Amino acid sequence: MIAPGNHLLTVLTFFPALGALALMILRADDHAWIRRMALVVGTFEFLLSLLLIPGVPLGSSGYRLELNIPWISSPAIHYHMGVDGLSLWLVILTTFLTPISILASWNSVHHRVKEFFVMLLMLEVGVVGVFLSLDFFLFFLFWEVMLIPMAFLIGIWGHERRIYAAVKFVLYTMAGSILMLVGILWLYNATGTFDLVEIQRALQSGALLLSPTTEVLLFLAFFVAFAIKVPLFPLHTWLPDAHVEAPTAGSVILAGILLKMGTYGMMRFCLPLFPYASHKAAPKIAVLAIIGIIYGALVALVQPNLKKLVAYSSVSHLGFVVLGIFSFTAIGMQGAIYQMLAHGISTGALFLLVGMLYDRRHTFEISQYGGLATPMPRLSAFFLFAVLSSLGLPMLNGFIGEYLILLGTYIVHWQWAAWAATGVILSACYLLWSYQRVFYGEVTVEKNKTLPDASERERFILATMCAVILWMGIGSAFLIKRTAEATNTIRKQMERQQWPAEAAAPALHNGAAVTLNSSERSSSR
Amino acid sequence: MNPTFPPVADLYRVLPELVWCGFGVLLMLFQPFTKNRGFLGAIGFLGAAAGTAASYCAYQHTGLGFFELIRFDAFSLFFHLLVGAVATLVILASDSYLSRERLDAAEFYALILFATAGMGVLASAQELLTAFIGLEMSSISSYVLAGYRRDTLKSSESALKYFLLGSFATAFFLYGIALVYGTTGTTILDSMGSTDPSSVLLKLGLALILIGLGFKVAIAPFQIWTPDVYEGAPTPVTALFSAGPKAAAFALLLRIFATVPAATQYWFWAFWILAVVTMFAGNLGALVQSNVKRLLAYSSIAHAGYILVAFAAVTGMAASDSPDGAVPAYAAVLFYLLSYALVKVGAFTIVSQLGGKDEKYVTLEDYAGLSQRHPVAAAALSLFLLSLLGLPVTAGFFGKFYIFKAAVNSHLIWLAVLMALNSVIGAYYYLKVIVAMYMREPAEDSAATAPVAFPATVSVVLAVCAAGTVYFGLLPNQALRLLLEKTLIGGLK
Repeated sequence: MIAPGNHLLTVLTFFPALGALALMILRADDHAWIRRMALVVGTFEFLLSLLLIPGVPLGSSGYRLELNIPWISSPAIHYHMGVDGLSLWLVILTTFLTPISILASWNSVHHRVKEFFVMLLMLEVGVVGVFLSLDFFLFFLFWEVMLIPMAFLIGIWGHERRIYAAVKFVLYTMAGSILMLVGILWLYNATGTFDLVEIQRALQSGALLLSPTTEVLLFLAFFVAFAIKVPLFPLHTWLPDAHVEAPTAGSVILAGILLKMGTYGMMRFCLPLFPYASHKAAPKIAVLAIIGIIYGALVALVQPNLKKLVAYSSVSHLGFVVLGIFSFTAIGMQGAIYQMLAHGISTGALFLLVGMLYDRRHTFEISQYGGLATPMPRLSAFFLFAVLSSLGLPMLNGFIGEYLILLGTYIVHWQWAAWAATGVILSACYLLWSYQRVFYGEVTVEKNKTLPDASERERFILATMCAVILWMGIGSAFLIKRTAEATNTIRKQMERQQWPAEAAAPALHNGAAVTLNSSERSSSR
Repeated sequence: MNPTFPPVADLYRVLPELVWCGFGVLLMLFQPFTKNRGFLGAIGFLGAAAGTAASYCAYQHTGLGFFELIRFDAFSLFFHLLVGAVATLVILASDSYLSRERLDAAEFYALILFATAGMGVLASAQELLTAFIGLEMSSISSYVLAGYRRDTLKSSESALKYFLLGSFATAFFLYGIALVYGTTGTTILDSMGSTDPSSVLLKLGLALILIGLGFKVAIAPFQIWTPDVYEGAPTPVTALFSAGPKAAAFALLLRIFATVPAATQYWFWAFWILAVVTMFAGNLGALVQSNVKRLLAYSSIAHAGYILVAFAAVTGMAASDSPDGAVPAYAAVLFYLLSYALVKVGAFTIVSQLGGKDEKYVTLEDYAGLSQRHPVAAAALSLFLLSLLGLPVTAGFFGKFYIFKAAVNSHLIWLAVLMALNSVIGAYYYLKVIVAMYMREPAEDSAATAPVAFPATVSVVLAVCAAGTVYFGLLPNQALRLLLEKTLIGGLK
């Protein structure tokens, strides 16, 4: 147990806010120093977050580096933070993508530079806070606070229809989250606490018994908020707008991290707190997820707009994550966590690349490109790497997540796995086809002949991303070992002493857990 | 009863009102001799602040006064401090407005002080006719204040509408008092306890009182006047209207409907329905507004609806077996009124300052690109709007949160869900203003391009409102603990 005085998580959460304050002191027209300062803050935050890895020892269950300080006495709200295998990597993903986005916006943001980086850092505060809070109230607070910087990022530095996209983004998210607040208050009312750990204990020990209807309603109050964020079909319509209109950094953060907040919420709250409702809803959710996988892929296939294509591919890929979560198997859930991280990196890389093309030509239309491999061989090589990772080539990061999810799903329902697998094939189609149209063939547009290849800064960003993609692909054990215990904990938390009368105890596929652990052991040693 | 003079302690119990009225009269006496706005403003400010401070004096002598006509307790103290602070801030912010519009200062400040005294009477009234006097004092001053820009058509229209509809509502209130008196034989709230609450005549009387007060706090369907009056009145006056009289009328409503045993039962559904209707009327109306003053007016209707949600929670609880459960709901109302007053005074002060001569710039287009020329004003207004929206780290968030909690506590899940839905509708129009300020380019002739000065007085008001909004958004603990004190709520009963 770490001493209660350990404030690593507090420092980690609020350090970017401090950095943002420092930025505000700088002169508004001193762009060079503003960028450097933001980058330094972002990089330092990333290094700081690496300290979490030793903070969560292998095989440790429960929350680490916990911090529990009373904040408001009535209602009892605590400043309760903690990290486990699930949030560990998501936090690191956040702190990794933030400096990358800062670097990516180096030359593409020209007006209100200071505000841009302040917003980016404030966004980081909100997201890290969401992943680390263990108090419902605190969680909700960060969840809401994060909206404003993101809306500003889209609304001020976005493209033509930015205002529409920003407002749509906020309203969609708020509509879901405010219902979640009602659910949170209901739980508070029943248990007298906002503390996740205590509520979990009360529900698991049977101290708080929910009737089936109540549980389903509560589950929905939470699930809808998260499903909007993911986004799960048919709640996905805000996503293409937000992505296409957002600046590159905004898209990277949005796709890389914000969407994961939804799937994180499902794993952290929906499943452990409401297992009966989760099991009951699983078939319907799986159907929606599969529709999302196939629908997202099909729409991506016919997209003339490159950025929208990547956005719809996110809908498809996140469908896999939801499917993995609601397979309730250890393998499927492990795969879901892995896919969250992999998608964050590879889609982040794709958005970065699309952004770089946009910086050169100011268009996302695929028809405006073609034959780009000739003027810019390096950029096209990086692009190919990212595409291959996104479509799930073995040895790269996309493969492992999808493979584990399909495996985990197959154990429960082979039909689900079969349908979802078509998504893998389709993703190869739309990604390779679009790559072919953009980079191969003759240069059709005169302007494209003289486009500059990737600059040193861009090469650095892309090389970093590709290195991570490769590392995640071959060194997956390093990540998976650390999420295994979190997955097992969630599965344990889903067990109940007493199930609602009408519900037969759902079968948890323990065999699957054993399989994974033994195979994992043999591969890692 | 012998015609004796009341004891001296009674005078202490109305000391704030005496101070406010005294300074009001003083200002009227000064008027023939000086037109110096700065001097008159200083007197007005001093009067408002002294009256507010005097409520602490009054608090040393809690209890019933003037033969049970008024009661000064922690509850009255809270509302005296609230309306006093609002008046003080409004007077402070008015100076630059009056200079710009070249309006006489003495009467303006005197009327604000008289209105505040009326609100004070409302907050401590323990008897219905006394409450009526308080209501009239504040209303009549308000009518005049609404029409203070005599030479503008809109201001006169505002005053006339306010006066006609207001006096109509007052008649309802008075008729309600008559019916209540006819049934119970008394107008003193404490003495009504033993009456049978199911009497039809009593219900009718209370309903009429509810209508009369509902008009004052802009509950739908008695809210029609609000946008026109708020739009036409001088903006500092609008700031006063949206915070002061509303709080005072809610204070009386709380005293009657939440605590008098004869009035607590049977009212749950009335408040439930009124809350829903009011929230929707306010929010849907605000969606289509392009004038910021009107938008804020509709928003204040919506916020009256949110407060009624807490009323439904109070009455739902008070009628149940565990009346103590209603305590957090009272506290929620008080906290909400506090956070709301801070925000509305701040927001209207900015609107008044940006308006320019003759309040030219009050539309959304005028606010486009405001952040470029006036970053501080845009940031402050955004803070206030986000607080109205109910985003965390602002007082408005906790205000809404406590009401939510009270509603869920009383098992009013559907009401809470409807309120949640309304919050999302509300988010749209508040965001519209923020979007205009930050994401659009300024127009040719607008507030964003006009030279607007923020004199020290206005800056102080904005700083106080903004600091309060953030303070109560971060550390609501202290305030809430005070509001939850048994003495405060116990004083009610």
